[in-house]
Order: sequence, then C-alpha cells, then structure tokens
Amino acid sequence: MNPTYRALAEFAQSWGLAYFVAIFLVVLGYALWPSRQREFDEAAHMPLRED
Amino acid sequence: MAQATVAPKSMTFGEGGTAIAFTVLALLSIVVAAKAYTPEYGFHAYLFAAGSVAAVFALFNRYFDRPAAPAPLVIDGKPNYNMGPVKFATVMAVFWGIAGFTVGLYAALELAFPVLNFDLPWISFGRIRPLHTSAVIFAFGGNVLIATSFYVVQRTCRARMVGDIAPWFVVLGYNFFIVIAGTGYLLGITQAKEYAEPEWYADLWLTVVWVVYLLVFLGTLMRRTEPHIYVANWFYLAFILTIAVLHLGNNAAIPVSLFSSKSYIVWAGVQDAMVQWWYGHNAVGFFLTAGFLAIMYYFIPKRAERPVYSYRLSIIHFWALIFLYIWAGPHHLHYTALPDWAQTLGMTFSIMLWMPSWGGMINGMMTLSGAWDKLRTDPVLRMMVVSVAFYGMATFEGPLMSVKAVNSLSHYTDWTIGHVHSGALGWVGYVSFGAIYCLVPWLWNRPLYSVKLVNWHFWISTIGIVLYITAMWVSGILQGLMWRAYTALGFLEYSFIETVEAMHPFYVIRALGGALFLAGALLMAWNLWQTVNARQAEPAATPALVPAE
Repeated sequence: MNPTYRALAEFAQSWGLAYFVAIFLVVLGYALWPSRQREFDEAAHMPLRED
Repeated sequence: MAQATVAPKSMTFGEGGTAIAFTVLALLSIVVAAKAYTPEYGFHAYLFAAGSVAAVFALFNRYFDRPAAPAPLVIDGKPNYNMGPVKFATVMAVFWGIAGFTVGLYAALELAFPVLNFDLPWISFGRIRPLHTSAVIFAFGGNVLIATSFYVVQRTCRARMVGDIAPWFVVLGYNFFIVIAGTGYLLGITQAKEYAEPEWYADLWLTVVWVVYLLVFLGTLMRRTEPHIYVANWFYLAFILTIAVLHLGNNAAIPVSLFSSKSYIVWAGVQDAMVQWWYGHNAVGFFLTAGFLAIMYYFIPKRAERPVYSYRLSIIHFWALIFLYIWAGPHHLHYTALPDWAQTLGMTFSIMLWMPSWGGMINGMMTLSGAWDKLRTDPVLRMMVVSVAFYGMATFEGPLMSVKAVNSLSHYTDWTIGHVHSGALGWVGYVSFGAIYCLVPWLWNRPLYSVKLVNWHFWISTIGIVLYITAMWVSGILQGLMWRAYTALGFLEYSFIETVEAMHPFYVIRALGGALFLAGALLMAWNLWQTVNARQAEPAATPALVPAE
C-alpha cells in the first residue's frame, strides 16, 4: 500500500463518517423542526389541489 | 390591453438555432455514413441524417403553422400547461412496453427452447437480452418517467413547462436514442457494459438530450408559483441529475475513429468493473427507484384522494436513500478482484438501505389510511398499492442478497433474475401501469373505457409475476446448490449441462409467467386505445354528476 492511498482511505473512513452523520442530523433537524409542521401539512396536500 | 399590437411573426432563437444545429448534424451524418468502417455504423449514420432532416422539416412546418405570439403562460388565471410532449411520451411508453415485454418473452422461450434462435445471429440470446432490458428499463420506464415528470412538475409548480422546442426535443430525441440503441444491439453494436450497451455516439446523443431534460425540469421548477417544491419533484430531480453523472462516468470512452462505432473505455481492470457497477446499481437506485418513487408520491395521493401519510418521513427517507444508494454498487462484485473492504462497504450500505426503502414503502402504503375501501373498488389504485408492496419485498430481498454469505449462493444464478423481476414487473411495472391508467384519462380528458378490463389486467399480470418469481427462486437456488455440490472425493457433483437440464421446467414456467404479464399489458393497450377514441364499455351505473353551472 502506498502512503497516499493509506492517507486517503483513513481520511474517508473517519471524516467521511462524521460528514454523513452531520448531514443526516441536518436533514433530521430540517424535517422534524416543530415550526415547519404547517408548511409540511400543506405540502402533503399538494397533489390534491386542483386549479 | 388597449395598445395591444400584433407583433410580426419571426423565428425564435430556439427554432432557428435548433434548425441550424440539425442541418449541421445532417451534413456531418452523411459524411460519416459515406466513410463508415462498417455497414452497421453507416446505417446508424443514415438514421441520424434522416432524423436530422425530419427535424428541420418539422421545425419549419411548425413555424409556418403556429400563431405569431408565443403560447401564453396563463389563460383565465390558470396555468396553460404544455401537455403535448407528455401525451407523446405516454403513447411511446405503452408502445415500448409491449415491444419490450414481447422481446422478453421471446428471450425466455429461447432459454427454455434454444432452437428458437434459428441459428440467426440477430436474434441470438446475447443480442435480444440487452434489447429486452433496454426496451423495458429505458424505453418503457424512461418514457413513463419523462411523461410523468413533465406532468407532475407542471401541476405541482402550477406553471407551464419551460421551453417551446426543448420539451419536444427531449421526448423525440430520447426515443431516437432508443431506436439507435435497439437496432444497434440486433446488428451487433455494443460496448458490452450491462445496462450501458450503446456505443459512444449514442451516448453522446443521449448526453445532449439529458442535459436539455435537466434544464427544462430545472427551469420549470424555477418558474413555480408555489413556494414549496413538492417531494415528488425532489425525487425526479435526484433521478435526472444522478443519471447524468452516472452516464458520463460509465461511458468515458474514446472512439477508435469518427467513422467507427467501436470505442475503448478509459478505466482499466477492476476499476472498470467498479465504475460499471457503481453505474449499474445506481441505475436501479435512481432510475428504477427514485424516479418511480416520485410517481408514487404524486399518483397514489391523487388517486386515493388522501394527503401524503407523513411528509416528514418523505424528506428523511429521500435524503437517506440518495446518500446510501450511491455506495451499494460493490455488492455486484463479491468474491472478485475488488478489494475486500470495498466489497464489505457495498454490503454494509446495501443493508442500511433497508431503512429508507421501507420508509418509502410505509409512506406509500399508509397514504391509503382512511381510504382502504378504495382498494376493493378501484383496480388502478390496487395496482399502485400492490406495486408498493412489491417494492417493499424487492428491497427486503436485495439487501439480503448483498450479504456475502447469501451472495455466494445467489450470485450468477437465476435467483438474481427473479429478484430483479419482482422489482421490475411488480414495482416498476405496476406503478407505471397505475400512472398510465391515471394519465391517459386526465390528458385526453375522457373517462377510462373499462374499469373491468383493468381488473382483468391486474389479476392476469399478478398471476404472471407470481409464476415468474417463484420459478426463478426455485431454479436459482437449485442452480446455486448444484454448483457447490461436491462428491466425497472432492470433485464437482454436477456438470454444467446437468444444471441446465434440471432448470428446464422452471424456464418453461417463467416463460408462461412472462406471457401472462404481456397479455395483461395488451389488455391495457386496448383499453387505452378505446379510451382515447372516446368509447365507453360500461355505462355509468349511477347517474353521472352534472357540474353546477
């Protein structure tokens, strides 16, 4: 194994995990934030609206 | 509008530019056709020339016939939706569906009765197999996705689709790509990459079409009058964007010459295999999953007249799905030269995919809460809900098969074929049929010819799917077990041909299942044909409601 490969693999295996967890937390935060309840309730009805 | 003046008619930049581009392409194609290394490639160059000339002719014809002013965005306060390209793609979807299912049935029959290839190279299994897979995935599925995405993005953004020529270029250009790809397979033109068989010139053409598709979709989103971008559009956008990236990565090939259909891929060895299955599995994840989940998120709520069960779940499973899927490809390369850690990574991400997949399934199913009785009376809705059930089943089976120990039995056997078809026939097929049964009456503004026929379609096809996948499970596990059976002395117990003989009955059952699925689709085509021609099989049982004036 050459050192570049090693370094890249280590970086991906540690910081990659942290990056994914962080992104998932952001998504959870966005989706579950209580004040967005109304917006999402309205959005859930979007296909039903006729013009 | 007191000062409304009639603007003199002139060609738009889009019309003129497209006409010039096609003129250049026609000339180039004729030169290529004349100097082509092989007659097959020459034939394709002539097709490009003929298509380009037809495009220029159509552009001018359209220009002379159209009114001077561009189509209004809004009429009487309502968005003036552009449904012409949607109708075209819907019709093409039904056409390619029937064609693709027929070729699939023929391929199944060839496997059961090899004599059926009549020793002709053009219809040998190796050539009609990619014809079948491309016809059902890209021709049928692709047209369904383009039709529904153009419909849904306009309706949920409450805005007319962007572009005048561009949407037509997308639907016509995409179907031209299908013709080039399909005829190429039969003539023996292939780059031998599964689900990415078309050669470099077809790939370049598709790239142009796909970028225009992306721009039309994005432009329509930006024109929206609704503040919120509906979740189905997120799924469509992920599908369009990711397919573009996958297509470019997996088709990075250098042609031998402008006058040859042959090209060489820039990736070497196991990297090439990895790129291929990164592409291949995400074709499943983003073409056959994300795109069709978008269909689920619009058509099931609409048909059931119920809101999405949990909009929050839809957001969470969307992001989880797209971030996990992209890593799952290595599970196609278990026990190969691919590094072990990469195989394990592919397996791990495949197992994690259980969560977002089932999130989507639960959300689709539960959207029916409060409307379960409609399953009894509405076979179209039943078709879509059964499709979601198949989605749940296929996405349960997939992660299981990605586990190395299971894969050592299942890989290279018919179990894989069975798994793919429970997803393809059950999930993709049924949600597409459901969407088409909704779309045609909406687009042509007339009631469906016969609901009873939909019921027949549903049951005939369902029996077909059950026969197909059970036959393939039995055949695949049988095949896998026979391959790994050793005698007491350590020799292989069975020769290859013995496994083939043992599988013959299941191949016949599989072909029967395929025939039933095709029969159901033919019923659908007949039903839709009658619908478009404004015929009615069943007079309304209850007096029709008259809208209050």
